[in-house]
Amino acid sequence: MKKIYLDYAATTYIDPGVLQKMMPYLTTAYGNASSLYSLGREAKTAIDMARKDVAKILEVLPQEIILTGSGTESANLAIYGIAKAYQDKGNHVIVSKIEHKAVLEAAKRLGKEGFRVTYLNVDSQGIVNLKELKKALNKKTILVSIMYANNEIGAIQPISEISKIIIKFKKENLLPAFHSDACQAAGALSFKVKNLGVDLLTLNGSKIYGPKGVGCLYKNQDFKIEPLIIGGSQEMELRAGTENPALIVGFSEALKLAEKIRKKESQRLKNLRNYFIERTLKTIPYCRLNGHTQKRLPNNINLSFAGIEGESLVLKLDQYGISVSTGSACTSHDLSPSHVLLALGIKKELAHGSLRLTLGRKTTKKDLDYVLKILPPVVEKLRKMSTIRL
Amino acid sequence: MKKTKTNWLYSPIVKEHFLNPKNVLWDEKNYRADGKGMAGNPVCGDVMSVWIKVDEKTQKIKDCKWRTYGCGAAIASTSMLSVMVIEKGGMPLKKALNLKPQEIVKRLGGLPALKFHCSVLGQAALKEAINDYFKKQKRKK
Repeated sequence: MKKIYLDYAATTYIDPGVLQKMMPYLTTAYGNASSLYSLGREAKTAIDMARKDVAKILEVLPQEIILTGSGTESANLAIYGIAKAYQDKGNHVIVSKIEHKAVLEAAKRLGKEGFRVTYLNVDSQGIVNLKELKKALNKKTILVSIMYANNEIGAIQPISEISKIIIKFKKENLLPAFHSDACQAAGALSFKVKNLGVDLLTLNGSKIYGPKGVGCLYKNQDFKIEPLIIGGSQEMELRAGTENPALIVGFSEALKLAEKIRKKESQRLKNLRNYFIERTLKTIPYCRLNGHTQKRLPNNINLSFAGIEGESLVLKLDQYGISVSTGSACTSHDLSPSHVLLALGIKKELAHGSLRLTLGRKTTKKDLDYVLKILPPVVEKLRKMSTIRL
Repeated sequence: MKKTKTNWLYSPIVKEHFLNPKNVLWDEKNYRADGKGMAGNPVCGDVMSVWIKVDEKTQKIKDCKWRTYGCGAAIASTSMLSVMVIEKGGMPLKKALNLKPQEIVKRLGGLPALKFHCSVLGQAALKEAINDYFKKQKRKK
Protein backbone atom coordinates (compact mmCIF):
# COMPACT_ATOMS: atom_id res chain seq x y z
CA MET A 1 0.00 0.00 0.00
CA LYS A 2 1.19 3.46 -0.86
CA LYS A 3 1.90 5.60 2.16
CA ILE A 4 0.55 9.10 2.03
CA TYR A 5 2.31 11.24 4.59
CA LEU A 6 0.33 14.34 5.54
CA ASP A 7 1.97 15.25 8.81
CA TYR A 8 4.80 17.51 7.68
CA ALA A 9 4.16 19.85 10.59
CA ALA A 10 5.10 17.01 12.95
CA THR A 11 8.33 16.41 11.12
CA THR A 12 9.80 16.02 7.64
CA TYR A 13 12.15 13.56 6.00
CA ILE A 14 15.71 14.76 5.43
CA ASP A 15 16.28 16.14 1.97
CA PRO A 16 18.74 13.77 0.21
CA GLY A 17 21.05 16.64 -0.80
CA VAL A 18 21.12 17.81 2.82
CA LEU A 19 21.92 14.31 4.04
CA GLN A 20 24.78 14.08 1.61
CA LYS A 21 26.30 17.28 3.01
CA MET A 22 26.02 15.80 6.51
CA MET A 23 27.64 12.48 5.73
CA PRO A 24 31.34 13.44 5.97
CA TYR A 25 30.79 14.65 9.54
CA LEU A 26 29.22 11.35 10.49
CA THR A 27 32.09 9.36 9.03
CA THR A 28 35.56 10.72 8.31
CA ALA A 29 35.42 14.28 9.64
CA TYR A 30 34.49 13.26 13.16
CA GLY A 31 36.77 15.68 15.04
CA ASN A 32 35.83 17.67 18.11
CA ALA A 33 35.50 21.33 17.15
CA SER A 34 37.41 22.34 20.28
CA SER A 35 40.53 20.35 19.33
CA LEU A 36 43.58 22.13 18.01
CA TYR A 37 44.74 19.71 15.29
CA SER A 38 43.39 19.73 11.74
CA LEU A 39 40.62 17.14 12.27
CA GLY A 40 39.22 19.39 14.97
CA ARG A 41 39.68 22.52 12.87
CA GLU A 42 37.72 20.88 10.07
CA ALA A 43 34.74 20.46 12.37
CA LYS A 44 35.13 24.00 13.69
CA THR A 45 35.22 25.43 10.15
CA ALA A 46 32.08 23.52 9.18
CA ILE A 47 30.23 24.89 12.20
CA ASP A 48 31.42 28.44 11.59
CA MET A 49 30.35 28.28 7.96
CA ALA A 50 26.94 26.89 8.88
CA ARG A 51 26.44 29.62 11.45
CA LYS A 52 27.36 32.27 8.88
CA ASP A 53 24.88 30.80 6.39
CA VAL A 54 22.07 30.82 8.91
CA ALA A 55 22.93 34.38 9.96
CA LYS A 56 22.92 35.48 6.33
CA ILE A 57 19.38 34.19 5.78
CA LEU A 58 18.14 35.94 8.91
CA GLU A 59 20.26 39.00 8.02
CA VAL A 60 21.89 39.05 11.44
CA LEU A 61 25.43 38.63 12.81
CA PRO A 62 26.91 35.12 13.10
CA GLN A 63 27.59 35.64 16.80
CA GLU A 64 23.87 36.21 17.27
CA ILE A 65 23.10 32.61 16.28
CA ILE A 66 23.17 30.08 19.13
CA LEU A 67 23.01 26.51 17.87
CA THR A 68 20.96 24.20 20.07
CA GLY A 69 19.57 20.67 20.25
CA SER A 70 15.99 21.44 19.19
CA GLY A 71 13.29 24.04 18.75
CA THR A 72 12.11 23.25 22.24
CA GLU A 73 15.55 23.92 23.67
CA SER A 74 15.80 27.22 21.78
CA ALA A 75 12.41 28.37 23.07
CA ASN A 76 13.26 27.27 26.62
CA LEU A 77 16.58 29.11 26.40
CA ALA A 78 14.90 32.28 25.15
CA ILE A 79 12.22 32.35 27.84
CA TYR A 80 14.10 31.00 30.77
CA GLY A 81 17.33 32.67 29.71
CA ILE A 82 15.84 36.16 29.44
CA ALA A 83 13.72 35.83 32.57
CA LYS A 84 16.69 34.75 34.67
CA ALA A 85 19.05 37.32 33.21
CA TYR A 86 16.69 40.22 33.84
CA GLN A 87 14.81 39.17 36.94
CA ASP A 88 16.22 42.19 38.77
CA LYS A 89 14.47 44.44 36.21
CA GLY A 90 11.01 42.91 36.38
CA ASN A 91 8.98 39.78 36.91
CA HIS A 92 6.32 39.93 34.23
CA VAL A 93 6.18 37.76 31.12
CA ILE A 94 3.58 37.76 28.32
CA VAL A 95 2.84 34.79 26.08
CA SER A 96 -0.14 33.87 23.91
CA LYS A 97 -2.54 31.10 24.85
CA ILE A 98 -1.82 29.15 21.70
CA GLU A 99 1.96 28.84 22.02
CA HIS A 100 3.66 25.49 21.57
CA LYS A 101 4.19 23.60 24.80
CA ALA A 102 7.90 24.41 24.61
CA VAL A 103 6.94 28.01 25.37
CA LEU A 104 3.87 27.44 27.52
CA GLU A 105 5.56 25.00 29.89
CA ALA A 106 8.59 27.28 30.27
CA ALA A 107 6.24 30.16 31.09
CA LYS A 108 4.30 27.98 33.50
CA ARG A 109 7.48 27.08 35.33
CA LEU A 110 8.39 30.75 35.59
CA GLY A 111 4.95 31.28 37.08
CA LYS A 112 5.70 28.69 39.74
CA GLU A 113 8.98 30.43 40.50
CA GLY A 114 7.23 33.69 41.29
CA PHE A 115 7.05 35.42 37.92
CA ARG A 116 3.74 36.86 36.81
CA VAL A 117 2.62 35.44 33.47
CA THR A 118 -0.07 36.94 31.23
CA TYR A 119 -1.61 34.56 28.73
CA LEU A 120 -2.99 36.55 25.79
CA ASN A 121 -6.27 35.55 24.21
CA VAL A 122 -6.73 34.94 20.53
CA ASP A 123 -9.81 35.58 18.41
CA SER A 124 -12.00 32.81 17.00
CA GLN A 125 -9.61 32.44 14.06
CA GLY A 126 -6.50 32.19 16.20
CA ILE A 127 -5.00 35.67 15.86
CA VAL A 128 -3.58 37.31 18.98
CA ASN A 129 -5.56 40.18 20.42
CA LEU A 130 -3.29 43.23 20.02
CA LYS A 131 -5.38 45.48 22.23
CA GLU A 132 -4.95 43.01 25.02
CA LEU A 133 -1.20 43.00 24.43
CA LYS A 134 -1.06 46.80 24.68
CA LYS A 135 -2.94 46.65 27.96
CA ALA A 136 -0.79 43.89 29.36
CA LEU A 137 2.54 45.64 28.80
CA ASN A 138 3.87 47.33 31.90
CA LYS A 139 7.09 48.51 33.55
CA LYS A 140 7.72 45.07 34.99
CA THR A 141 7.39 43.26 31.65
CA ILE A 142 10.72 41.75 30.66
CA LEU A 143 9.64 39.36 27.92
CA VAL A 144 6.93 38.86 25.31
CA SER A 145 6.80 35.56 23.44
CA ILE A 146 4.39 35.10 20.55
CA MET A 147 4.76 32.45 17.89
CA TYR A 148 5.13 33.36 14.22
CA ALA A 149 2.76 30.65 13.00
CA ASN A 150 0.81 28.11 14.98
CA ASN A 151 1.62 24.41 14.67
CA GLU A 152 -1.94 23.14 14.94
CA ILE A 153 -4.07 25.59 13.02
CA GLY A 154 -1.36 27.38 11.01
CA ALA A 155 -2.55 30.83 12.11
CA ILE A 156 0.03 33.46 11.17
CA GLN A 157 0.52 36.15 13.82
CA PRO A 158 1.17 39.79 12.89
CA ILE A 159 4.73 39.70 14.25
CA SER A 160 5.91 43.04 12.81
CA GLU A 161 2.79 44.78 14.15
CA ILE A 162 3.42 43.23 17.54
CA SER A 163 7.04 44.34 17.56
CA LYS A 164 5.95 47.88 16.65
CA ILE A 165 3.65 47.91 19.68
CA ILE A 166 6.46 46.69 21.92
CA ILE A 167 9.03 49.12 20.51
CA LYS A 168 6.59 52.03 20.92
CA PHE A 169 5.97 50.97 24.50
CA LYS A 170 9.56 50.56 25.57
CA LYS A 171 10.88 53.75 23.90
CA GLU A 172 14.60 53.91 24.71
CA ASN A 173 14.53 51.02 27.15
CA LEU A 174 15.96 47.62 26.34
CA LEU A 175 13.11 45.65 27.84
CA PRO A 176 10.81 43.88 27.25
CA ALA A 177 12.53 41.50 24.87
CA PHE A 178 10.41 40.02 22.11
CA HIS A 179 10.82 36.34 21.26
CA SER A 180 9.04 34.49 18.48
CA ASP A 181 8.90 30.76 17.89
CA ALA A 182 9.23 30.44 14.11
CA CYS A 183 9.64 26.65 13.85
CA GLN A 184 6.50 26.23 11.76
CA ALA A 185 7.00 29.39 9.76
CA ALA A 186 10.41 28.42 8.38
CA GLY A 187 10.18 27.47 4.75
CA ALA A 188 6.83 29.19 4.37
CA LEU A 189 7.28 32.78 5.56
CA SER A 190 10.06 35.34 5.43
CA PHE A 191 12.10 35.59 8.59
CA LYS A 192 14.31 38.54 8.04
CA VAL A 193 14.78 39.64 11.61
CA LYS A 194 14.84 43.38 10.83
CA ASN A 195 11.42 43.25 9.19
CA LEU A 196 9.97 41.16 11.98
CA GLY A 197 11.45 43.36 14.69
CA VAL A 198 12.08 40.48 17.07
CA ASP A 199 14.92 40.28 19.58
CA LEU A 200 14.94 36.49 19.74
CA LEU A 201 13.80 33.92 17.20
CA THR A 202 13.55 30.14 17.46
CA LEU A 203 14.07 27.81 14.50
CA ASN A 204 14.69 24.09 14.13
CA GLY A 205 15.76 21.50 11.59
CA SER A 206 13.09 18.85 11.76
CA LYS A 207 10.35 20.85 10.05
CA ILE A 208 12.46 22.05 7.13
CA TYR A 209 13.69 18.75 5.67
CA GLY A 210 16.74 18.87 7.86
CA PRO A 211 17.77 16.53 10.68
CA LYS A 212 16.00 16.25 14.03
CA GLY A 213 17.88 17.20 17.18
CA VAL A 214 19.13 20.58 16.05
CA GLY A 215 17.80 24.11 16.18
CA CYS A 216 18.97 27.63 16.71
CA LEU A 217 18.11 30.67 18.71
CA TYR A 218 18.76 34.07 17.23
CA LYS A 219 19.53 36.49 20.05
CA ASN A 220 20.09 40.17 19.43
CA GLN A 221 23.56 40.91 20.80
CA ASP A 222 22.26 43.75 22.98
CA PHE A 223 20.58 41.16 25.20
CA LYS A 224 22.13 38.80 27.69
CA ILE A 225 20.70 35.42 28.58
CA GLU A 226 21.33 32.88 31.28
CA PRO A 227 22.37 29.51 29.76
CA LEU A 228 20.38 26.36 30.48
CA ILE A 229 23.27 23.98 29.92
CA ILE A 230 26.60 24.82 31.45
CA GLY A 231 30.02 23.25 31.05
CA GLY A 232 32.45 24.02 28.24
CA SER A 233 32.63 27.36 26.50
CA GLN A 234 30.89 26.30 23.28
CA GLU A 235 28.32 28.61 21.65
CA MET A 236 29.65 31.79 23.22
CA GLU A 237 29.28 30.13 26.63
CA LEU A 238 25.52 30.05 26.17
CA ARG A 239 25.12 26.36 25.39
CA ALA A 240 27.75 23.95 26.61
CA GLY A 241 28.41 20.52 25.10
CA THR A 242 30.43 19.19 22.19
CA GLU A 243 28.89 20.51 18.98
CA ASN A 244 27.43 18.08 16.47
CA PRO A 245 28.79 19.28 13.11
CA ALA A 246 26.69 16.84 11.06
CA LEU A 247 23.43 18.13 12.54
CA ILE A 248 24.54 21.75 12.39
CA VAL A 249 25.59 21.47 8.74
CA GLY A 250 22.35 19.64 7.96
CA PHE A 251 20.33 22.36 9.63
CA SER A 252 21.97 25.20 7.73
CA GLU A 253 21.82 23.37 4.40
CA ALA A 254 18.14 22.59 4.94
CA LEU A 255 17.42 26.19 5.82
CA LYS A 256 19.23 27.45 2.72
CA LEU A 257 17.28 25.09 0.47
CA ALA A 258 13.96 25.94 2.15
CA GLU A 259 14.62 29.63 1.63
CA LYS A 260 15.61 29.10 -2.00
CA ILE A 261 12.37 27.36 -2.99
CA ARG A 262 10.15 29.09 -0.47
CA LYS A 263 7.99 31.27 -2.71
CA LYS A 264 7.34 28.72 -5.42
CA GLU A 265 6.68 25.84 -3.03
CA SER A 266 4.42 27.95 -0.81
CA GLN A 267 2.24 28.86 -3.77
CA ARG A 268 2.00 25.23 -4.86
CA LEU A 269 1.02 24.11 -1.37
CA LYS A 270 -1.48 26.91 -0.97
CA ASN A 271 -3.32 25.80 -4.11
CA LEU A 272 -3.40 22.20 -2.91
CA ARG A 273 -4.55 23.26 0.56
CA ASN A 274 -7.40 25.39 -0.76
CA TYR A 275 -8.48 22.62 -3.11
CA PHE A 276 -8.65 20.09 -0.28
CA ILE A 277 -10.45 22.37 2.17
CA GLU A 278 -13.04 23.40 -0.40
CA ARG A 279 -13.77 19.82 -1.44
CA THR A 280 -13.97 18.48 2.11
CA LEU A 281 -16.32 21.17 3.35
CA LYS A 282 -18.51 20.52 0.33
CA THR A 283 -18.64 16.73 0.59
CA ILE A 284 -18.69 16.08 4.34
CA PRO A 285 -21.57 17.47 6.41
CA TYR A 286 -21.04 18.80 9.97
CA CYS A 287 -17.42 19.59 9.27
CA ARG A 288 -15.65 22.88 9.94
CA LEU A 289 -12.30 24.47 9.24
CA ASN A 290 -10.40 25.58 12.34
CA GLY A 291 -8.23 28.68 12.16
CA HIS A 292 -8.00 31.61 9.80
CA THR A 293 -8.93 31.22 6.15
CA GLN A 294 -6.23 33.57 4.80
CA LYS A 295 -3.71 34.20 7.57
CA ARG A 296 -2.76 30.56 7.49
CA LEU A 297 0.36 28.55 6.67
CA PRO A 298 0.23 27.34 3.06
CA ASN A 299 0.45 23.69 4.12
CA ASN A 300 -1.98 23.62 7.06
CA ILE A 301 -5.45 22.07 7.14
CA ASN A 302 -7.26 21.63 10.46
CA LEU A 303 -10.80 20.31 10.44
CA SER A 304 -13.33 19.28 13.08
CA PHE A 305 -15.85 16.55 12.45
CA ALA A 306 -18.86 16.56 14.77
CA GLY A 307 -19.84 13.29 16.39
CA ILE A 308 -16.51 11.51 16.14
CA GLU A 309 -13.33 11.53 18.10
CA GLY A 310 -10.06 12.44 16.37
CA GLU A 311 -7.93 9.50 17.43
CA SER A 312 -10.29 6.91 15.98
CA LEU A 313 -10.29 8.82 12.71
CA VAL A 314 -6.49 8.91 12.63
CA LEU A 315 -6.24 5.17 13.31
CA LYS A 316 -8.81 4.36 10.61
CA LEU A 317 -7.03 6.51 8.04
CA ASP A 318 -3.75 4.83 8.99
CA GLN A 319 -5.28 1.57 7.75
CA TYR A 320 -5.50 3.17 4.31
CA GLY A 321 -1.89 4.32 4.45
CA ILE A 322 -2.77 7.91 5.30
CA SER A 323 -0.69 9.51 8.06
CA VAL A 324 -2.35 12.49 9.69
CA SER A 325 -2.68 13.75 13.25
CA THR A 326 -5.19 14.97 15.75
CA GLY A 327 -4.35 18.48 16.79
CA SER A 328 -0.64 18.05 17.37
CA ALA A 329 1.53 14.98 17.81
CA CYS A 330 2.38 16.00 21.36
CA THR A 331 -1.23 15.84 22.43
CA SER A 332 -2.00 12.37 21.06
CA HIS A 333 -0.87 10.94 24.35
CA ASP A 334 -2.78 13.45 26.34
CA LEU A 335 -6.52 13.11 26.83
CA SER A 336 -7.47 16.75 27.13
CA PRO A 337 -8.52 18.42 23.90
CA SER A 338 -6.12 20.78 22.16
CA HIS A 339 -5.42 23.95 24.15
CA VAL A 340 -5.21 25.81 20.85
CA LEU A 341 -8.69 24.85 19.69
CA LEU A 342 -10.11 25.62 23.12
CA ALA A 343 -8.48 29.07 23.01
CA LEU A 344 -10.35 29.67 19.75
CA GLY A 345 -13.56 29.10 21.68
CA ILE A 346 -14.34 25.80 19.96
CA LYS A 347 -16.57 23.50 22.01
CA LYS A 348 -14.76 20.65 23.70
CA GLU A 349 -16.73 17.97 21.87
CA LEU A 350 -15.74 19.50 18.54
CA ALA A 351 -12.13 19.96 19.64
CA HIS A 352 -11.99 16.21 20.35
CA GLY A 353 -12.97 15.59 16.75
CA SER A 354 -10.19 17.56 15.12
CA LEU A 355 -7.91 16.36 12.37
CA ARG A 356 -4.74 18.06 11.17
CA LEU A 357 -3.33 17.45 7.71
CA THR A 358 -0.12 19.21 6.84
CA LEU A 359 1.19 19.07 3.29
CA GLY A 360 4.78 19.04 2.13
CA ARG A 361 7.24 18.74 -0.73
CA LYS A 362 6.11 15.28 -1.80
CA THR A 363 2.37 15.97 -1.59
CA THR A 364 0.60 15.82 -4.94
CA LYS A 365 -2.96 16.48 -6.05
CA LYS A 366 -3.28 12.75 -6.66
CA ASP A 367 -2.49 12.08 -2.98
CA LEU A 368 -5.17 14.52 -1.89
CA ASP A 369 -7.69 13.02 -4.29
CA TYR A 370 -7.06 9.64 -2.70
CA VAL A 371 -7.68 11.09 0.77
CA LEU A 372 -10.80 12.84 -0.52
CA LYS A 373 -12.07 9.45 -1.67
CA ILE A 374 -11.30 7.64 1.63
CA LEU A 375 -12.20 10.31 4.18
CA PRO A 376 -15.97 10.72 3.61
CA PRO A 377 -16.92 7.02 4.02
CA VAL A 378 -14.59 6.65 7.03
CA VAL A 379 -16.20 9.65 8.71
CA GLU A 380 -19.64 8.30 7.87
CA LYS A 381 -18.91 4.88 9.31
CA LEU A 382 -17.51 6.28 12.56
CA ARG A 383 -20.53 8.54 12.86
CA LYS A 384 -22.85 5.57 12.44
CA MET A 385 -20.99 3.83 15.25
CA SER A 386 -21.11 6.91 17.44
CA THR A 387 -23.38 7.55 20.37
CA ILE A 388 -23.79 11.13 19.28
CA ARG A 389 -26.50 11.60 16.67
CA LEU A 390 -26.24 14.65 14.45
CA MET B 1 19.34 -5.32 8.94
CA LYS B 2 16.52 -6.91 10.90
CA LYS B 3 13.22 -5.31 10.06
CA THR B 4 11.21 -4.45 13.11
CA LYS B 5 7.49 -5.13 13.02
CA THR B 6 5.33 -2.09 12.53
CA ASN B 7 3.94 -0.98 15.81
CA TRP B 8 0.32 -0.30 16.33
CA LEU B 9 -0.83 2.04 19.06
CA TYR B 10 -2.66 -0.75 20.94
CA SER B 11 -2.57 -4.55 21.26
CA PRO B 12 -3.50 -6.74 18.26
CA ILE B 13 -6.83 -7.64 19.91
CA VAL B 14 -7.70 -3.97 20.40
CA LYS B 15 -6.78 -3.39 16.78
CA GLU B 16 -9.08 -6.20 15.61
CA HIS B 17 -12.01 -4.93 17.68
CA PHE B 18 -11.44 -1.36 16.56
CA LEU B 19 -11.20 -2.16 12.88
CA ASN B 20 -13.90 -4.84 12.88
CA PRO B 21 -16.13 -3.96 15.80
CA LYS B 22 -18.57 -6.66 16.88
CA ASN B 23 -22.26 -6.11 17.73
CA VAL B 24 -22.54 -2.46 16.76
CA LEU B 25 -26.12 -1.22 16.76
CA TRP B 26 -26.37 0.08 13.22
CA ASP B 27 -30.14 0.05 13.06
CA GLU B 28 -31.62 1.43 16.26
CA LYS B 29 -35.14 1.83 14.87
CA ASN B 30 -35.66 -1.87 14.41
CA TYR B 31 -34.03 -3.05 17.60
CA ARG B 32 -36.17 -3.78 20.62
CA ALA B 33 -33.99 -3.69 23.69
CA ASP B 34 -34.98 -4.75 27.18
CA GLY B 35 -32.59 -2.28 28.72
CA LYS B 36 -30.51 0.68 27.64
CA GLY B 37 -27.63 2.43 29.36
CA MET B 38 -25.26 5.27 28.64
CA ALA B 39 -22.05 6.49 30.27
CA GLY B 40 -19.50 9.21 29.65
CA ASN B 41 -19.62 12.78 28.48
CA PRO B 42 -18.90 14.21 25.01
CA VAL B 43 -16.96 17.05 26.65
CA CYS B 44 -14.48 14.47 27.95
CA GLY B 45 -14.31 12.71 24.62
CA ASP B 46 -16.05 9.40 25.40
CA VAL B 47 -19.71 8.39 25.42
CA MET B 48 -20.86 4.77 25.32
CA SER B 49 -24.37 3.45 24.81
CA VAL B 50 -25.26 -0.18 25.48
CA TRP B 51 -28.50 -2.01 24.61
CA ILE B 52 -29.30 -5.46 26.01
CA LYS B 53 -31.86 -8.19 25.56
CA VAL B 54 -32.47 -10.41 28.55
CA ASP B 55 -33.80 -13.95 28.85
CA GLU B 56 -36.44 -13.52 31.53
CA LYS B 57 -36.30 -17.11 32.67
CA THR B 58 -32.58 -17.61 32.98
CA GLN B 59 -31.82 -13.96 33.80
CA LYS B 60 -28.98 -14.11 31.30
CA ILE B 61 -28.05 -11.54 28.66
CA LYS B 62 -29.24 -12.81 25.28
CA ASP B 63 -27.95 -10.02 23.14
CA CYS B 64 -25.87 -6.88 23.54
CA LYS B 65 -25.45 -4.03 21.09
CA TRP B 66 -23.60 -0.75 21.47
CA ARG B 67 -22.48 2.52 19.99
CA THR B 68 -19.49 4.57 21.07
CA TYR B 69 -18.21 8.08 20.56
CA GLY B 70 -14.56 7.93 21.48
CA CYS B 71 -11.03 6.87 20.68
CA GLY B 72 -9.84 3.53 19.33
CA ALA B 73 -9.52 2.06 22.83
CA ALA B 74 -13.05 3.16 23.72
CA ILE B 75 -14.52 1.56 20.61
CA ALA B 76 -12.58 -1.68 21.15
CA SER B 77 -13.49 -1.81 24.87
CA THR B 78 -17.22 -1.62 24.17
CA SER B 79 -16.91 -4.16 21.38
CA MET B 80 -15.08 -6.61 23.66
CA LEU B 81 -17.57 -6.00 26.44
CA SER B 82 -20.45 -6.94 24.11
CA VAL B 83 -18.67 -10.15 23.13
CA MET B 84 -18.00 -11.10 26.74
CA VAL B 85 -21.58 -10.72 27.91
CA ILE B 86 -23.19 -12.78 25.16
CA GLU B 87 -20.62 -15.57 24.69
CA LYS B 88 -21.18 -19.05 26.16
CA GLY B 89 -24.94 -18.69 26.17
CA GLY B 90 -24.98 -15.29 27.78
CA MET B 91 -23.72 -13.86 31.04
CA PRO B 92 -26.01 -13.95 34.08
CA LEU B 93 -27.15 -10.45 35.01
CA LYS B 94 -25.68 -10.73 38.48
CA LYS B 95 -22.29 -11.55 37.08
CA ALA B 96 -22.54 -8.80 34.46
CA LEU B 97 -23.33 -6.24 37.14
CA ASN B 98 -20.13 -7.14 38.89
CA LEU B 99 -17.99 -7.41 35.78
CA LYS B 100 -14.70 -5.73 36.49
CA PRO B 101 -13.14 -3.30 34.00
CA GLN B 102 -9.87 -5.16 34.57
CA GLU B 103 -11.43 -8.26 33.04
CA ILE B 104 -12.24 -6.34 29.85
CA VAL B 105 -8.73 -4.93 29.75
CA LYS B 106 -7.28 -8.41 30.22
CA ARG B 107 -9.32 -9.82 27.36
CA LEU B 108 -8.15 -6.93 25.17
CA GLY B 109 -4.54 -7.88 25.75
CA GLY B 110 -4.01 -4.74 27.83
CA LEU B 111 -4.70 -1.04 27.45
CA PRO B 112 -2.35 1.90 28.08
CA ALA B 113 -2.82 3.27 31.62
CA LEU B 114 -4.15 6.51 30.15
CA LYS B 115 -6.95 4.56 28.44
CA PHE B 116 -8.05 2.40 31.34
CA HIS B 117 -11.11 4.59 31.89
CA CYS B 118 -12.50 3.40 28.51
CA SER B 119 -13.14 -0.03 30.00
CA VAL B 120 -14.65 1.55 33.11
CA LEU B 121 -17.11 3.57 31.00
CA GLY B 122 -18.18 0.54 28.98
CA GLN B 123 -18.90 -1.36 32.15
CA ALA B 124 -20.77 1.63 33.58
CA ALA B 125 -23.00 1.78 30.50
CA LEU B 126 -23.71 -1.95 30.81
CA LYS B 127 -24.62 -1.55 34.47
CA GLU B 128 -27.07 1.20 33.54
CA ALA B 129 -28.61 -0.99 30.88
CA ILE B 130 -29.11 -3.81 33.40
CA ASN B 131 -30.61 -1.45 35.98
CA ASP B 132 -32.84 -0.05 33.28
CA TYR B 133 -34.04 -3.61 32.60
CA PHE B 134 -34.73 -4.17 36.29
CA LYS B 135 -36.72 -0.94 36.47
CA LYS B 136 -38.83 -1.94 33.50
CA GLN B 137 -39.45 -5.35 35.03
CA LYS B 138 -40.65 -3.75 38.25
CA ARG B 139 -43.01 -1.51 36.35
CA LYS B 140 -44.44 -4.54 34.58
CA LYS B 141 -45.23 -6.17 37.86
